Amino acid sequence: MKMEREVFAAPADRTFDVLRRRADFPILSESVNGHPLVYLDNAATTQKPRSVIDALSRYYAHDNANVHRGVHTLSQRATDAYEAARTNVARFINARATEEIVFTRGTTDAINLVAQSFGRPMLRPGDQIVISAMEHHSNIVPWQLLCGQTGAVLNVVPVDDAGEFDLDAYASTLGPRTKLVAVTHVSNALGTITPIARIIALARAAGVPVLVDGAQAIAHVGVDVQALDCDFYAFSGHKIFGPTGIGVLHAKAARLDAMPPYQGGGDMIRSVTFEKTEYNDLPYKFEAGTPNIAGAIGLGAALDYVRDVGIDVIEAHERDLLAWATERVSAIPGVRIIGTAKEKAGILSFTLEGVHAHDVGTILDHAGVAIRAGHHCAMPVMTRFGVAGTARASFALYNTREEVDALVAGIERVRRMFA
Amino acid sequence: MSGELRDLYQEVIFDHYKRPRNQHALADPSHRAEGHNPLCGDRVTIYLKVEDGVVRDVAFEGAGCAIATASASLMTETLKGRTLDEVNALFRGFHDMVTEARTEEPPGLGKLEVLAGVREFPARVKCATLAWHTLNAALAKRQQPVSTE
Repeated sequence: MKMEREVFAAPADRTFDVLRRRADFPILSESVNGHPLVYLDNAATTQKPRSVIDALSRYYAHDNANVHRGVHTLSQRATDAYEAARTNVARFINARATEEIVFTRGTTDAINLVAQSFGRPMLRPGDQIVISAMEHHSNIVPWQLLCGQTGAVLNVVPVDDAGEFDLDAYASTLGPRTKLVAVTHVSNALGTITPIARIIALARAAGVPVLVDGAQAIAHVGVDVQALDCDFYAFSGHKIFGPTGIGVLHAKAARLDAMPPYQGGGDMIRSVTFEKTEYNDLPYKFEAGTPNIAGAIGLGAALDYVRDVGIDVIEAHERDLLAWATERVSAIPGVRIIGTAKEKAGILSFTLEGVHAHDVGTILDHAGVAIRAGHHCAMPVMTRFGVAGTARASFALYNTREEVDALVAGIERVRRMFA
Repeated sequence: MSGELRDLYQEVIFDHYKRPRNQHALADPSHRAEGHNPLCGDRVTIYLKVEDGVVRDVAFEGAGCAIATASASLMTETLKGRTLDEVNALFRGFHDMVTEARTEEPPGLGKLEVLAGVREFPARVKCATLAWHTLNAALAKRQQPVSTE
């Protein structure tokens, strides 16, 4: 089904009532260790609004049946809801057609799909896959596995001391043996927003296909896959206020058509005999087995919620929080901010002199403040910046300046304890 | 500071974190092993000099969080001059203390009792036990680095 372009109405005078939005998220009323929850671990996973929780419950209470195969009413309802979620996703990221939206288990699943279905048949020994030094393990390991299988090699574009992607090194690394570029849109460890449009343009000029890891970008910056013109864009539902276990691979139809299936099974076939099996149309060719129907419906509800708030409003709110947090946290003696790119999403990684990140995390947790401490599934980034791990605060639409103040008070308490 | 947090981060722990005891290599160890928890970044190397079934000297090197470092430091203090049977009993006692709630700590742990609070923080137990599991690997002459993750 071809898509009409969705226009996001963003009235200039839309003010953001963060307290009203917080009230939409039941878990934000939780107490942790006798303190109100201050949830600053959104890069790991986001919380869910009541509308998403209700959509999941409602599906199981009223509409649950298997999709695509039944002739009874419930199965029609389930199919309609599932496919409506697909259309919703296509509109949200401005995909050309719904056949370009493949539901997966998550970003990691989507990247592995591309590695095995697109990469494996195509790569020859000595071919190159280009990634960056700031990738999450999910955008490194599938390519390492693929290199092991095919004899291709990994080229890693360096990152500078501020966490900026080195465009010059990238441009000179693109060559006749480069067969794929796989780069993140937003770094989960550093917060860097990569110059993704430029990265894609340079790859296009060299005739190289591009996969974009959009896991950290989808809930925080606008994503328009037609404008980006990448070949593959992957993201996870649970990072954009949707349930876990559901993700999306957007891919150009021409690519998907040329790719063999990823997994075999029910639903991805048109007909099966023991002599010959014919595969289903797009995107079903890549959706084997009973899908996470409830998950897709929950994701649709989450996208509706984000549309209602406005991604532009979210971006502005998080930019403000990041600026406030960066100003206050970097003023604490002994703090080193890791990731100081000019363009960042709402992620603040830092170290505190003389204190291991895990000690910071435990003490903050005891005051109800949830951050992440460790390597954030980005060990190469930690090595690049000479640290064993960092403490990371990451923001979403429901966080407040008061919560940033609680983070700062917690860090100061840690410093006093270890002084 | 809350009671539980105070129990975990006691003065003694801070003291052993900021001024670890026996933090150096041994020139001629009879046993040595490495421990590493890659997911959290704690590393430790344990050196032992065992003669006639007695721990004559013990030391550690490594980098890690306050709990891991303090635990290694306290362990080396406790082990000096002990027989290998006593070392085994201490390992079991320590492990029981940090993993199970109990009204009375296992006997003979002495200063190691400061780490009792770790059991309220399950995510940190592996930090406290890394040095001990590495010690065991050293005594068993195991070549592979140990992990408590």
